[in-house]
Amino acid sequence: MGASWGGLHALETVLSGLPPNFRTPIVIAQHRSADSGSSALPRMMSVRSGLDVTEAGDKEPIEAGHVYLAPADYHLLVEPEGFALSTDDMVQHSRPSIDVLFDSAADTYSGELVAVVLTGANSDGAYGLARVKRRGGVTIVQDPETAEKREMPDAAIATGAADHVLPLTEIASKLAELAT
Amino acid sequence: MAIDDLARASDDLERIEVQVLLEAIYQHYGFDFRGYALGSLKRRLWRRAYAEKVETMSALQDRVLHDPAVMERLLLDLSINVTSMFRDPTFFRALREKVVPHLRTYPFIRIWNAGCSTGEETFSLAILLREEGLYDRARIYATDINEAVLGRARAGAFPLEKMRLYTENYIRAGGTESFSSYYTSDGDTARFKPELLEQVVFAQHNLVSDAPFNEFNVIVCRNVMIYFGKKLQDRVHELFYESLDPFGILALGHKESIKFTKYEERYEALDAPEKLYRKMY
Repeated sequence: MGASWGGLHALETVLSGLPPNFRTPIVIAQHRSADSGSSALPRMMSVRSGLDVTEAGDKEPIEAGHVYLAPADYHLLVEPEGFALSTDDMVQHSRPSIDVLFDSAADTYSGELVAVVLTGANSDGAYGLARVKRRGGVTIVQDPETAEKREMPDAAIATGAADHVLPLTEIASKLAELAT
Repeated sequence: MAIDDLARASDDLERIEVQVLLEAIYQHYGFDFRGYALGSLKRRLWRRAYAEKVETMSALQDRVLHDPAVMERLLLDLSINVTSMFRDPTFFRALREKVVPHLRTYPFIRIWNAGCSTGEETFSLAILLREEGLYDRARIYATDINEAVLGRARAGAFPLEKMRLYTENYIRAGGTESFSSYYTSDGDTARFKPELLEQVVFAQHNLVSDAPFNEFNVIVCRNVMIYFGKKLQDRVHELFYESLDPFGILALGHKESIKFTKYEERYEALDAPEKLYRKMY
């Protein structure tokens, strides 16, 4: 999942709406400032969603039942052997970049992947979403009418690669349906 | 978008092409990128491909093999790691507070800054040791795979626009002087004082293939191994373990860990969140 401006509320809504038996690992790239601390945000998200949210570490294996958050000031990539990090230049003015995450996840998981673009005031995630679609994955975009900032969902929809455009409150149940 | 689509039309083919390219680079030039983590490597390869105006990895291979200048440019892309001075200020603060007291007990201090890239971290270490009064008896071996990158580090010239961030970092890292006293402004460039490099030895060293070359009290290698695959990381951890003195200290990036490596048991955490580890035996 990728989120930017307004993302914390949107992510909280999606995560807390998942059924208790949801075990598919979730990886999140949320835009945030480079010096935002490493423990406050995942802790807050854990408390509010009731899920196990941690920051992804380099080469950490990806496990069921976990929610992973891209660390501030790193790109987060998905490799067959687990996570990989990078401090390379910003992509779409962002590090972490949603495009980088989606692009690498598409390479690694092909069709066994769902990509979700949530609220944001830029166009990060659009390219990555299209890439996920082309590799056979399922793509979901938050209905821009329900987004705090609609630019990012609009850009994702404009690629023509969105399978589902859903109000924020319906994304969790769609994820649950796709995971079964 | 159109170029992206054309170039990336066949992902499976791309995978093969990347493998063949890396094999060709290894056989022809001796640089071994085969153990690198694929995601970031691919992004860097494509960046070079676009800059060379080619649209497939095979075409890039053709350019790289027949024009050493293209290989040089690709080597820069693959070896420059983006960083900043005093990146993660809390790390440098921990270095000051927890590692420096330990270093004071040594008559002579050897530090290896492995994968130093363009030198931001090397200068940060030199400044810190100077302020702690240890620099005169210290030597920093700053190594990188790429000679051209070392040249840039040696020059000590960084964009002036970065100095605001670096100054903030420096202050948060516990710096005791005025950061601007370490450089002079020259147009849009900040030129760091050459005497900061008095105890620095820059040397070409390839973590992938070269042997240990000294015994060190401290090895600093932050956000370099994140570009390596798991197997290659294991190899480099072996190299570091063998290159550390007893009770030597290994410093990794904030999101790196010695967990899942076979050397995990051989170190104790000196400061776990700051990824400072001490070799036990």
